[in-house]
Amino acid sequence: MSVLVYLETTESTVRSASLSAVTAARELAKHRPGPLVGVVIGAGVTAAAAEAAKYVDKVLVYDAPTLQAPLAETYAPVMVQALKAAGADALVACATSTGKDVLPRAAALLGAGMASEISGVDGAAKFRRPTYAGNAISTVEVGTPTVVVSVRQTAFEAAAPAANAGAVESQSVPALDAKGAAFVALHASKSERPDLADASIVVSGGRGMKSTENFKLLEQLTDQLGGALGASRAAADAGMVPNDLQVGQTGKVVAPKLYIAVAISGAIQHLAGMKNSKVIVAINKDAEAPIFQVADYGLVADWEKAIPALMAELKK
Amino acid sequence: MKILVPCKRVPNPEQKLKFAGTGLDLSNPGWQVNPFDEYAVEAALRLTEKGKGGERSGEVVLVAIGPKDATQQVRGLLAMGADRAILVDGQDQELDANAVAQILAAVVAAEKPDAVIMGKQTVDGDSNQVGQLLAGYLGWPQATFLATLTLAADGKSALGTREVDAGVEEKRVPLPAVLTVDLRIIGKKSVHNLALVGADAEWEEGPRYAALKGIMAAKKKEVKEVTAASLGASPQVLVKHVSHTAPPSRRAGVKVASVEELVSKLRNEAKVL
Repeated sequence: MSVLVYLETTESTVRSASLSAVTAARELAKHRPGPLVGVVIGAGVTAAAAEAAKYVDKVLVYDAPTLQAPLAETYAPVMVQALKAAGADALVACATSTGKDVLPRAAALLGAGMASEISGVDGAAKFRRPTYAGNAISTVEVGTPTVVVSVRQTAFEAAAPAANAGAVESQSVPALDAKGAAFVALHASKSERPDLADASIVVSGGRGMKSTENFKLLEQLTDQLGGALGASRAAADAGMVPNDLQVGQTGKVVAPKLYIAVAISGAIQHLAGMKNSKVIVAINKDAEAPIFQVADYGLVADWEKAIPALMAELKK
Repeated sequence: MKILVPCKRVPNPEQKLKFAGTGLDLSNPGWQVNPFDEYAVEAALRLTEKGKGGERSGEVVLVAIGPKDATQQVRGLLAMGADRAILVDGQDQELDANAVAQILAAVVAAEKPDAVIMGKQTVDGDSNQVGQLLAGYLGWPQATFLATLTLAADGKSALGTREVDAGVEEKRVPLPAVLTVDLRIIGKKSVHNLALVGADAEWEEGPRYAALKGIMAAKKKEVKEVTAASLGASPQVLVKHVSHTAPPSRRAGVKVASVEELVSKLRNEAKVL
């Protein structure tokens, strides 16, 4: 028994989301003793693979121009191949947009049971995971010899490098059949701010912000705090901010040190994406808003007055 | 164009979840259609009509897995405009994503649709697996978490935009394919079948309401009851639920009177600034 962890890379680094997957994989490896093997997939990933090797006993590298874009149709069979090459019987990856897309397809190819977005490891095949928008914690048991697991990033700390870097083993890329699927383009979101999932401070605005123009004030507060900007589904749906800023059950899940919710009522959908934040501040003019039930510190106030005052106070 | 739309009933997500021992108390769940599945039906209807309120061209077939009383939710989707439905007998709470995908694969084999369009996840299990598993089992391409969907005029391929961590990705897949939809698919200009409409065609935002006429018509539409065995499927449950417990609740917080007090608490008490 041993564990294979998929490490997502960007240029020459490993995504921090994958470092949380490494932590989960290390916990699983306690129940499935054997080497912890990593897999890196892409085109021109030599430098990233060397970086990935710092976290695992060995890293398998599948490097080919045809693997440039993370198509589920090609990545899933490569992961299956890697699992065989590693002699592993557990496949772990972070539940990023790529992990969510590719892992179940790999599970189908393996005929393996999969536990999605786990928040805890309770045994070799036993996991905890949030369900019902985080209103229940379900314990699940995978009944197949091979298990597939996607990991909720916010539930596991980012792993530190191991004492010794592992070996890097280049693997031959199997014949790939994309089933006709083609990556057309990526319109990258440009932001100088930290990633929502990685930021230690998140400032989010809701429906009550009313307009894109008003969100600029929240951006100023966000930048003053060195944080990331988020939004409720209502604000994203209304077009005040791009969709990728949405925090919630169906958007990003965050758990920063400090979460400041401004003019957000606190729908269940939104709470599912932020209620594990260490400290939650709510600023809302409606004293009855549900957000106050999860907030450590609540301020009943209009954002128009509170935010400029907050920015001034923070400068003191 | 024949589109298969899997749909599932879920407990009303706005209702407080009740626990019974180490399980869930679903005695009064307020069943409703999984919101993402409703969006999938809306997308499928837009792909099979000549513009908003236009003549239908193509077929939308629903497939649900559940006990007989799940028919109620299925009728609601038929009232929106779907053409017919298949109800596979099963206890939905006892199935896992794998068993569902295997049953759906058997339905696909029998129905031979041009595409399967479905919600990206159900809001009860939150697994986000079935579409991808189904594509894997069928050996079909997949385009998941779609915010927009455009079918080519020749009906042979679909172009979708997907909201991914790094931004917005465009992916093209030949048909047949499994397509899973995200929230934004119900935008006014999110869905186009270029064989039927121009690229700038617009619909009302959101899933359509069932009009009285639709509700009356739905009563006469076919809901074919089948079993997994009759489809030739032998679904396997690979992941079992051991228990469900309530998450730890957050301790009640305090209201602060002013911005000054807030900043002081964050600095001196919470020590997060």
